[in-house]
Amino acid sequence: MRADIVVIGGGPAGLAAAISAARFDPSLNVLILERDNELGGILNQCIHNGFGLHTFNEELTGPEYASRFEEQLDGLGINYMLNTMVLNVSSGSVTAVNSNEGVFTVSCGAIVLCMGCRERPRGALNIPGLRPAGVFTAGTAQRLVNIEGYMPGREVVILGSGDIGLIMARRMTLEGAIVKAVCELMPYSGGLKRNIVQCLDDFDIPLILSHTVIDIKGKERVTSVVIAKVDSNSKPIPGTEQEIACDTLLLSCGLIPENELSRAADIKINPATNGPVVNESFETSVPGIFACGNVLHVHDLVDYVSEESSRAGKSAARYVSSSNTSVGAEIRISTGSGVRYTVPSIVRPDELDSDLIIRFRSTGVFKDSYIDVSFNGPKKIHRRKQIITPGEMEQVILKKEDLLNISGDICVAISES
Amino acid sequence: MSDSYDIIIIGAGVTGCAIARELSRYACKVLVLDKDEDVCCGTSKANSGIVHAGYDAKPGSLKARMNVRGNEMMISLVKELDIPFKQIGSLVVCTDLSLRGGIEELYDRGIANGVPGLRILEAPELRELEPNISDDAVCALYAPTAGIICPFRLNIALAECACQNGVEFLFDTAVTGVEAIPSGFKVITGSSEYNASVVVNAAGCHADEIHNLVSSVKYHITPRRGDYMLLDRSCEGLVNHVIFPQPTSLGKGILVTPTAHGNILIGPTAVDTDNRDEAPVTADGLAKVIEGSAKNVKGIPVKQVITGFSGLRAHEDGGEFILEEVSDCPGFFDCVGIESPGLTACPAVGEYMASLVADKLSLLPKSSWNGICHDVKKPFEMSESERAELISSDPSYGKIICRCETITEGEIIDSIRRPLGARSLDGVKRRTRAGMGRCQGGFCSPRVMEILSRELGVPLDSITKNGGSSKILFGRTKDES
Repeated sequence: MRADIVVIGGGPAGLAAAISAARFDPSLNVLILERDNELGGILNQCIHNGFGLHTFNEELTGPEYASRFEEQLDGLGINYMLNTMVLNVSSGSVTAVNSNEGVFTVSCGAIVLCMGCRERPRGALNIPGLRPAGVFTAGTAQRLVNIEGYMPGREVVILGSGDIGLIMARRMTLEGAIVKAVCELMPYSGGLKRNIVQCLDDFDIPLILSHTVIDIKGKERVTSVVIAKVDSNSKPIPGTEQEIACDTLLLSCGLIPENELSRAADIKINPATNGPVVNESFETSVPGIFACGNVLHVHDLVDYVSEESSRAGKSAARYVSSSNTSVGAEIRISTGSGVRYTVPSIVRPDELDSDLIIRFRSTGVFKDSYIDVSFNGPKKIHRRKQIITPGEMEQVILKKEDLLNISGDICVAISES
Repeated sequence: MSDSYDIIIIGAGVTGCAIARELSRYACKVLVLDKDEDVCCGTSKANSGIVHAGYDAKPGSLKARMNVRGNEMMISLVKELDIPFKQIGSLVVCTDLSLRGGIEELYDRGIANGVPGLRILEAPELRELEPNISDDAVCALYAPTAGIICPFRLNIALAECACQNGVEFLFDTAVTGVEAIPSGFKVITGSSEYNASVVVNAAGCHADEIHNLVSSVKYHITPRRGDYMLLDRSCEGLVNHVIFPQPTSLGKGILVTPTAHGNILIGPTAVDTDNRDEAPVTADGLAKVIEGSAKNVKGIPVKQVITGFSGLRAHEDGGEFILEEVSDCPGFFDCVGIESPGLTACPAVGEYMASLVADKLSLLPKSSWNGICHDVKKPFEMSESERAELISSDPSYGKIICRCETITEGEIIDSIRRPLGARSLDGVKRRTRAGMGRCQGGFCSPRVMEILSRELGVPLDSITKNGGSSKILFGRTKDES
């Protein structure tokens, strides 16, 4: 089998990347390989609204947002295969399996990695206690409620205040469950402010910061969990234990980009994002393999996934269409104080077709601080921000012409006033 | 089904099922009873998965005999029953020169027990074999016959094989009483009764309770809990052998080992408890696992943990396997105190106990007996052409359900339809590994539930995690309840 571009994953990242590649050069043969039985990825189970404010200037549900992309595929001649799991990726070749073809290989000009992420499970959190039914990751519970139409619990405690956990606190409440508390290990929430207001505050669900679950009870089904306050090293403080009767514990404790294929292809991974190291074109350390969306770094808004993936798809199309190889300078983007990571982390100014968008996350909560960007001497950007939290992605935009003649790193930092 | 049997075996763990398979060679009617919903729900499901060489137990003890014989039998058994097994060898590592004598003592014990191939390795050779061994390592006892096995498949395969040779199994059936009657025994299970000429007690952590129902000689089992951590398969290669510390009175200590499926397992702790049925993982236990494993192996990536679990060992106060006909209750046979090396020993215990029972009942071998039993077909362990043929004949083997372990719908369907098939999420998991990978069933569990519901012809909301009241769902979202 042969395709110009293979897009691995048909969620929001894969859809946007495929569409933008096909738009850039309509003669390209673009193929999406999706492991699920439909396109749309996690958006299918996100039946709440709030998607598309940036992209479409309106509030859509997840499935509506996905359908805006899906309906463009036919017109652009983009092919896709469902129930198809990719097994192996290397430069110019993708091996996958499905029921119709068995194991098959697609040779291709470029690959766009759009595998998304998975939720951190209980086992990876080392939560002590028994192992009864009733412990779910928030996303699994979301699927059971919104796709299967079943209730995974009636009395619920949620550990972790990531966005899916917050959304599920509201969802379970609307479906008639009692959400007794959302516990968060950190002294701040990992979710968007708007979700804390709309999903917890509006339903009087307590958010208990600096707390974690230290025991799960119940032999067959969860009967209670014990929570405790933690100190500044996240260690439970003896004497602060509280037992909460419940039949269900939902976990929203972080998302892990699914880079098993990338690692097996020897693509360089950034330990801060658990995603590939990419340049301004979203190209990984292996030429011709691009990455975007949550497999690259976990996003909080799908609009940014779409925007970023459009740029990745276009880069992949350009890579296939042109025979020019870049010889321009490579500049590193380094993380200064207060910045956990940036995407991209490498820029080749000559390759930019417009301004450079650098997205990043902070290492903690900063109030009345400055976002600083410096290269070639004095700070180029010194922008005041009232609040910066790890739960909300930040960005800075640098003009291409400012980057053409620089030497040394570009440094992004947060400074307190 | 008649309620009268030649032999009733209480307990469907590895010991009970190994005995059942051996007895299925004879012309006799055998029933296995278990309190849980499936085989492999007690000690057999949560252990190190090690086939020990046999140098630990005291020479002359039943533990020593059964260990060495079990290890020897395992080689052909894993082929007959299609069980994942790798004979990778073990190393007992000495990290303190003053304790070197202990390694020599183990070596001598192993020789006395008839363990083949034992050697004491000095530091340079040890480091060559295991580059990540602790800098403190002085020497190690190398036992080439030790191995790693999939404990689930071992247990399930023994049961499947017994079943295909006519042994009956009843699950969710806890024995509440055993009475001697003129024809043998009446075994009482709540509302039902089953008669048998001979009863075999293989009740694991409850074996003392079952024994004490019929004998004036009382036994006492202390459940000894052990916490483990299982690391992601990306850690494969950290160690190449089963790495033990030097043993103590509480057991073989915290080991570091590859598993038969390519993960790294570290643990167990050893904590005496009074709870025979519940084994909670504790924060303290996990901390001890991390600390203990680091003494022998450096750079263990404990952040790559994908799950923690805890198991119970059935430690009888005497510290020895009790494998005999009860002296004051003829026809009642005990397998009591089957702690480590119980998994290794099970083929030997099966052989030994079956011979005792066969003698007692003067059983005759069947004219036809099939000792071969195939595992679920695994397309991703096949050659390309075999796999292509399988998928074209049954396309469900091309549909991946568990992404992390690459398990197909075909494998899950087979695990449900085969004899003594899976009836719960955990049952599917132990038979196929679906849900055992790094996402721990986050993506596949709703799909596995759908397949279970479809195959078993039951509503989705009646599917359980592991039987009993471990239901996953509480009815439909829009139901009035």
